[in-house]
Amino acid sequence: MSEVLLAAEGMTRRFGGLLANRDVNIQLERGVLHALLGPNGAGKSTCINMLSGDLPPSEGTIRYKGEDITALTSYQRSKIGIGRSYQRTNIFPKFTVLENCRLAAQSRKPRPWSLLTNALRMPEAVERARAAIAEAGLSGREDRVAGTMSHGEQRQLEIAMVLATDAEVLLLDEPLAGMGSEESAQMVTLLNRLKATRAILLVEHDMDAVFAVADRITVMVNGQVLESGSPEQIRNSPDVQAAYLGHEAEHE
Amino acid sequence: MNSRTSTIFKLAVMAGVLAFPAFGSDFYAEMVAKVLILAIFAMSLDLLVGFTGLVSFGHAAYFGIAAYAVALMTPKYDPANLWLALPASILAAAAAAFVIGLFVLRTKGIYFIMVTLAFAQMAYYVFHDTPLGGGSDGIYLNFKPDATIAGWVPFDLNEPHHLYYFVVAAMLAVYGLLKLVLRSPFGRVLVGIRSNEHRMLSLGYATFRYKLAAFTLAGGLAGFAGFLYAVLFGFVTPEYLSWHKSGDVLLMVILGGMGNLAGAIAGAAALVGLQEIFTGMTKHWQLLMGLTIVAAVLFMPGGMAATPARIMARINGGKTNE
Repeated sequence: MSEVLLAAEGMTRRFGGLLANRDVNIQLERGVLHALLGPNGAGKSTCINMLSGDLPPSEGTIRYKGEDITALTSYQRSKIGIGRSYQRTNIFPKFTVLENCRLAAQSRKPRPWSLLTNALRMPEAVERARAAIAEAGLSGREDRVAGTMSHGEQRQLEIAMVLATDAEVLLLDEPLAGMGSEESAQMVTLLNRLKATRAILLVEHDMDAVFAVADRITVMVNGQVLESGSPEQIRNSPDVQAAYLGHEAEHE
Repeated sequence: MNSRTSTIFKLAVMAGVLAFPAFGSDFYAEMVAKVLILAIFAMSLDLLVGFTGLVSFGHAAYFGIAAYAVALMTPKYDPANLWLALPASILAAAAAAFVIGLFVLRTKGIYFIMVTLAFAQMAYYVFHDTPLGGGSDGIYLNFKPDATIAGWVPFDLNEPHHLYYFVVAAMLAVYGLLKLVLRSPFGRVLVGIRSNEHRMLSLGYATFRYKLAAFTLAGGLAGFAGFLYAVLFGFVTPEYLSWHKSGDVLLMVILGGMGNLAGAIAGAAALVGLQEIFTGMTKHWQLLMGLTIVAAVLFMPGGMAATPARIMARINGGKTNE
């Protein structure tokens, strides 16, 4: 059995009278790419926000490597190794690609009191940033101002920043959103490479990409987990077909 | 302006400032010293407004608290010890900023502006028309702090030239310190917070602590300015903490160009210079001042710091068109 890194049990979130997530159980294991599927409003974003600490759950427990981390905030979770990327590109648009990643890497050894250090020359942070940039396929773009790059490249940078924090759990919110087919293919290759050493949660709309990379798929509908299993299981599930895959199943 | 011409320009201005007392009258030397002190004040606010993205509208509180600290520490017929009064005044301002920061930094945007103003108004009324603040007239500082160390007198602040160079050194020290801070890992985090605080949190930064540290440092440096201001003019009044003063320093930062230390200095010089010119012209000088500020904001986006680059772009743009 592979090592479970992040596990949510009975995770529930209410917004007033609305049950955005109800009794969600999800496990992320090292070496496994776990995709979270569902139509708009199914509660995918609420789920990833609770896992990353952006949103506190109303009920339920979240464990990281066996320890209860339900009460930790997003920055505390980042520190222990849970990184996330955002659906709407969430970078530092005026900084260079290198500085975006360097700042991300600096968070591992922040050294806020060393006033005599030139941050731009912190060897460890710069090295880690460059490695993350290379891993995300942005080599040669280090000195570009992030906001001037193409949408696809900004999505890659979004991932590179998470990698620069040395996260072991990657929570990726629609990394393929708005990408062209070539960029998408690159990203899929990247995701396949990344999952070898990490646990990945992939929230995604792009069905082809999901079935190409996912080892495990959880389908959510109306804030609840409808079904969770291997891609094959999901593809053949009558419930899932009825609720979500309807059209695609007909085409095939 | 490329970095080399910019450096040459800064050095030339510095040389002018250093040589000034030899040529200018004492009246103008005092005005230059006033500009330098307000430059410290403006730079300290720029750390918050321009670099961290925190628009504080109550920065005069820390300026005034330190000014009152030195006035209250000065005995009636004796000078205070500079080496005690100076750090104590800065610490008083920084401590006030730390405590106020604990509250105000939980708010954002317009609410942050409102609560910083509210706390500054509270500080104002601690000194306004109270026995502690010496009534509405304030307190005279009959003696400037004494710099004697174990019988040795390195300089005497009662000498106008000594005081002038003490202020110059203070301004340079604050400029250098802030340059270091901004270059350091801490400073890069502040700039990251201004750009995208939410992402900084998700990257693992406890942004509240960073903002509190910046707020405290800015308060302490504003206190340094307030201390020098009290010493230069020899009296303190509640007006030092007033919201006008908070507005003035914000104007200096905006006029000079937010997020640029040299710009903050230029903004301080511009505001004091314009005040001097306009008060000489008419009783209704604030009308002229208002118009000038509106014009500056309209025609000089990015403030004075960005203007050389804009002029160069205009010139170069003209060339390519020909």
